[in-house]
Amino acid sequence: MKRVYVNEEWCLGCHLCEYNCAYANSGLDDMVKALKGKPIFPRIHIEGDDGITYAVSCRHCTDPLCVRSCIAGAISIQDGVIKIDKNKCVGCLTCVLVCPYGAVAAGPDGAAQKCELCLENSCGAPACVTGCPNNAIVYEER
Amino acid sequence: MAEYVIIGNGTAAVGCIEGIRSLDSEGAITVISAEEHHVYSRPLISYLLEGKTDTERMKYRPADFYEKNNVRVVYGRAAKLDAKRQVVSLEGKGRYGYDRLCLCTGSSPFVPPFEGLEKVKNKFSFMTLDDALALEKVLDKKASVLIVGAGLIGLKCAEGIAERVGSITVCDLADRVLSSILDAECAAYMQHQLEAHGVSFMLGDTAVRFEKNKAIMKSGAEVGFDILVLAVGVRAETELAAQAGCEVNRGIVTDTKMKTTVPDIYAAGDCAEGYDSSIGKNRVLAILPNAYMQGRCAGINMAGGSSEMTDAIPMNSIGFFGLHCATAGAYPEDAEVCEERSDSGIKRLYFKDSRLAGYMLIGDVNRAGIYTSLVRERTVLDDEEKEKVKKIPSLAIFSSKNRRKKLGGVV
Repeated sequence: MKRVYVNEEWCLGCHLCEYNCAYANSGLDDMVKALKGKPIFPRIHIEGDDGITYAVSCRHCTDPLCVRSCIAGAISIQDGVIKIDKNKCVGCLTCVLVCPYGAVAAGPDGAAQKCELCLENSCGAPACVTGCPNNAIVYEER
Repeated sequence: MAEYVIIGNGTAAVGCIEGIRSLDSEGAITVISAEEHHVYSRPLISYLLEGKTDTERMKYRPADFYEKNNVRVVYGRAAKLDAKRQVVSLEGKGRYGYDRLCLCTGSSPFVPPFEGLEKVKNKFSFMTLDDALALEKVLDKKASVLIVGAGLIGLKCAEGIAERVGSITVCDLADRVLSSILDAECAAYMQHQLEAHGVSFMLGDTAVRFEKNKAIMKSGAEVGFDILVLAVGVRAETELAAQAGCEVNRGIVTDTKMKTTVPDIYAAGDCAEGYDSSIGKNRVLAILPNAYMQGRCAGINMAGGSSEMTDAIPMNSIGFFGLHCATAGAYPEDAEVCEERSDSGIKRLYFKDSRLAGYMLIGDVNRAGIYTSLVRERTVLDDEEKEKVKKIPSLAIFSSKNRRKKLGGVV
């Protein structure tokens, strides 16, 4: 299965992935309308320390703690992709409590959200990867 | 073909079914369910009263779950477990033989023998869907509610009904709220949040006796109420296990494979006393993630596979009126405590023996799971790493090599 992987030595820390992610998941077709002057809730984030930066998003683990721990049964694995059913999520954030990568967070409505590889939105493939200027994140089989 | 019987139909039972079916698609699985409901998410009953979910959405697994997993569900109460003959008998009719059995009997509310309780008409526990639906029927904008117990159950109940009743008072013999998961300072912070949303507290004091619509407190105070919710505590359901000859302590004693002391009988979830790696001892860890994982572990072993629960720890994510709180691990008295406070919350980290032993976060819980993983994996931290941990939870704590494994490979 294709996943998003990180080449941290190539990451410039430009945060473009965060903006592309928030735009891709906004449901809007105008980036300015989707992002300008609004708090954004990207499903990928840049971390870093001492000059090193890298992007973190859902690893789509093979033995995912979030799926096992969700108190609402709202997180499931579908063909290897871990998905959150927003309709069932009550925003308790147990998934945030257990994700060892810090890759799940509350979205604008309080429900948990995370990277679902842009498979359901209009991009069809991770927008963060498409928009990364330096190939610091890639979408491939490993 | 193996015959599997699971007593109970909650989270641990689902874990057990999914564990069995990960290896054995043929064996016959029978679930004996005392509650006449499709498996639902028990902690969601407060969200149900709050209007954040409904009985359809709170199903823990889809409506076709049993059918898809080829599970027979029998509604009834198991009355007798004969470990010699390997047979379970129900109250009334029904006997089910098993090759391997898992006790997923959960826990039930503990109600102390209060004098006069029988005279109280509107009294409720808050454990099951039926409890919540019964409570919902008497909710009234003018009603005053007394909740006995300021633990997770009592306070989630308070939040769930806050907008639907006139007033809520919560009492607890403990001197603070959520005493099982929070220290005094964090508890005070959470209490303030609940008070700001209209919940009143009587702490260090509890009801000792009841008259029809009145509680007489230990302090001598009297509290009138229209609705009484008893959330004093819970007890593991261990009766069947004891009957079968399993060793029982606070819960049904299990090894790390979730086997009880009787052959072919396993136990999982709130009824079981499994290994807690944060204290290095067995203990009942009555939290939903643990119920699922223990159930799954039991199921895999029942089906002939090999699985062990060696890294279970206490952990909770709980919020009240939009203020979140995440806790995990242990809080040794001799730990080095590192605290940060801001206008929007508290962070308290407990370090011991070069490890993060436990933590409490109130407010900003982002990336709390990174802390949880340090506790669960008992990661040894050098001074530099410890300083990074103190700052914020981030993968910067780890070496570049370690991070490459986490972000550059299949995990």
